[in-house]
Amino acid sequence: MAGLNGTNTHVAKTIKLYIGGAFPRTESGRSFPVYTAESKKLYAHLCRASRKDARNAVAAAKSAINGWSSRSAYNRGQILYRMAEMLEGKRSEFVDTFVETLGYSQDEADNAVDEGIDAFVYYAGFADKYQQVIGAVNPVSGPHHNFTTPEPVGVVAMLGSDKFHFGQLISRIASIVCSGNTLVLLLAEKGAAILAPLAEVFATSDLPGGVINLLTGFLDELYIHMASHMEVDSICCEFTEGEITAKVKEEAVHNLKRVVVTPRIEPGLQSVLDFVELKTVWHPVGF
Amino acid sequence: MGKTMSTNNNKTAGESGFQFEYDPAPESTDMVNIKKQNKLFINGKWMAGKSGKFFDTINPANGEKLAELTEANTEDVDRAVKAARKAFNGAWSELSPKQRGRYIYRIARIIQERSRELAVLETMDNGKPIKESRDFDIPQVAAHFFYYAGWADKLDYLFNGKSVSPIGVAGQIIPWNFPLLMAAWKIAPALAAGNCVVLKPAETTSLTALLLGEIIEEAGLPPGTVNIITGAGATGAALVNHPDVDKIAFTGSTEVGKIIARSTVNSAKKLTLELGGKSAHIVYEDAALDQAVESVVSGIYFNQGHVCCAGSRLLVEESIADLFVHKLKRRMASLRVGDPLDKNTDIGAINSPGELEKIKGLIADAIADGIEYFEPESTVLPQKGYYIKPSFFNNVASSATICRREIFGPVLAIQTFRTPEEAIRKANDTPYGLAAGIWSEKGSKIHSTAQALKAGVIWANTYNKFDPASPFGGYNESGWGREGGRHGLLSYVEVK
Repeated sequence: MAGLNGTNTHVAKTIKLYIGGAFPRTESGRSFPVYTAESKKLYAHLCRASRKDARNAVAAAKSAINGWSSRSAYNRGQILYRMAEMLEGKRSEFVDTFVETLGYSQDEADNAVDEGIDAFVYYAGFADKYQQVIGAVNPVSGPHHNFTTPEPVGVVAMLGSDKFHFGQLISRIASIVCSGNTLVLLLAEKGAAILAPLAEVFATSDLPGGVINLLTGFLDELYIHMASHMEVDSICCEFTEGEITAKVKEEAVHNLKRVVVTPRIEPGLQSVLDFVELKTVWHPVGF
Repeated sequence: MGKTMSTNNNKTAGESGFQFEYDPAPESTDMVNIKKQNKLFINGKWMAGKSGKFFDTINPANGEKLAELTEANTEDVDRAVKAARKAFNGAWSELSPKQRGRYIYRIARIIQERSRELAVLETMDNGKPIKESRDFDIPQVAAHFFYYAGWADKLDYLFNGKSVSPIGVAGQIIPWNFPLLMAAWKIAPALAAGNCVVLKPAETTSLTALLLGEIIEEAGLPPGTVNIITGAGATGAALVNHPDVDKIAFTGSTEVGKIIARSTVNSAKKLTLELGGKSAHIVYEDAALDQAVESVVSGIYFNQGHVCCAGSRLLVEESIADLFVHKLKRRMASLRVGDPLDKNTDIGAINSPGELEKIKGLIADAIADGIEYFEPESTVLPQKGYYIKPSFFNNVASSATICRREIFGPVLAIQTFRTPEEAIRKANDTPYGLAAGIWSEKGSKIHSTAQALKAGVIWANTYNKFDPASPFGGYNESGWGREGGRHGLLSYVEVK
């Protein structure tokens, strides 16, 4: 439960995982404590997700992919915009969580929320535009109509260490789902407390269940399994250590997952491009 | 179905009962001058290998030795990479983009001028029919250089809102199925973007790449801009593992692609991979059937089936399956297998005895498993050289090896389906995702199927079309990145 150090009458929230649009506890029954940054008192017991939770999350993401990727781009954009609205509405809860668990100052926490809102709005607007920016009609020799369009790569796994930067984290999430991918995000250790309000943003934005799945737990325990899972099509390392990144790349070779490793990036087209495949279609022209 | 096929060898009886006889029409080899021993093209010069070792390259049409090639060792690879680095730090990068483009245009023009020589040499070294090397490979090679030459001074328009820069030294490893064309796919975009190159052609098909080295010399490119080294897997591995290579581009099998991917995990090297496929060719009942038959035939038997995007799985709607298979058999009986230099040859020689044994082994296993097999009885194979008849297996289960593994030969696996959903499910039931074909006269069905297929290239009412302006590359285990068009250039630049 979050905020146990409050008064006795305060009803603290139980923080659970977010899989397939539901809020299950970890099937393992395990948890780990997170302490407040300042007073080192217990803040909450978070779920320590297991391999089975990770597999369940991938299964949920896999089953959501057809529905989500066939939504209209306009609809995906509206849902992302709704996330910005929900994040704004929960600003104080986010700020409190940043301050209490990560030791942000009030201003830092406010800025982080601003950046998150900006990222949702930015990619909400990209959902129906990147296709025109990076697609093409190709001038082939001979009587053929030939065009190239970006398509979602599929199920994306994302590993976030607790050194994450909130604006970039939201940028990545938004850029991944704006093109129709589905996502399993593991937020590691103390950074994971932010999952509670974040899951509620997704749960109240008309986002279909399974499109974004959130796990809390230990990176060391789960990253190999996410990197080697045969139904994960792409894996994104956010601020993971070099050693972990190299191992992720090696495991990803099993099914040639696309591995995306980037330092700090600004919101932009590249982040969308990192998670699309290009499909080229030929058709004869004639009578 | 139909008449019993003739089993005699007079080449006159197909299943349809009649087949034209053809007199031999061999292309002359006078234009081609093959050196007995070939050196390495490093830093603009022809250099002997440090190991002093050579290996043979043979003509698969008759098994005869064509020439000896230098086996480049680690030291040779290092010399080539150093030469490329020097050119990248100097002469090549000091040129204006316009001047770089001019050099690439020159290469395109010399290829056109020497096209006959290149086509004949390609056919001798690879075994592909002369009509394919003459009418497809070499014209596409020239077109590729011509297309990318024009990009050299337009890179500011490549990536919206960002400027781009070259990556540096690219190590490029290419396969034996389209030897010179794959060299063009690799070298042309790399040079246009301002990179320098070390190219390693496949060990069985290096001769046209070495001739390209001569052409690059004639075009006067600064020494070291393009280096061409010959050798087998060990040479390729030395190139992949060289610490001063910034980018690796590989075309070949998924198996080797994975080895390369693993060996670069601890480096900052960029990597693009064009790998294998098991592409599905879907024929709906409302297709233009005779055109579809032609497309299925060229989809799998083009280039002896040595095509990564070969339409090696035919998915035909159940209601037309018998008729379609009947038409397919009749068409296959008229395919001429034989001397690749003969202008009438449809299917040439398998590139190497090893590949031939691999294909024969997979066919024998599938026959032993009791899968329905067909090969045209009237086809006559030459006595010498490495040849195999075009064939198919009918009513193949999705779990069968011949339905899952890339055979890389003229062997088709046929399955049926009843609904578009079933066709799409079966087509996508593969770890690969390179290409797919769709045949239907209904536009909306074409588009919905094309959208649902997990493949990088979709040929609708056509198959095996290629163009320098058209991006090519696969989903999933068919690789990383695209080649061709504007998108292919993105693999050779850093976006700032």
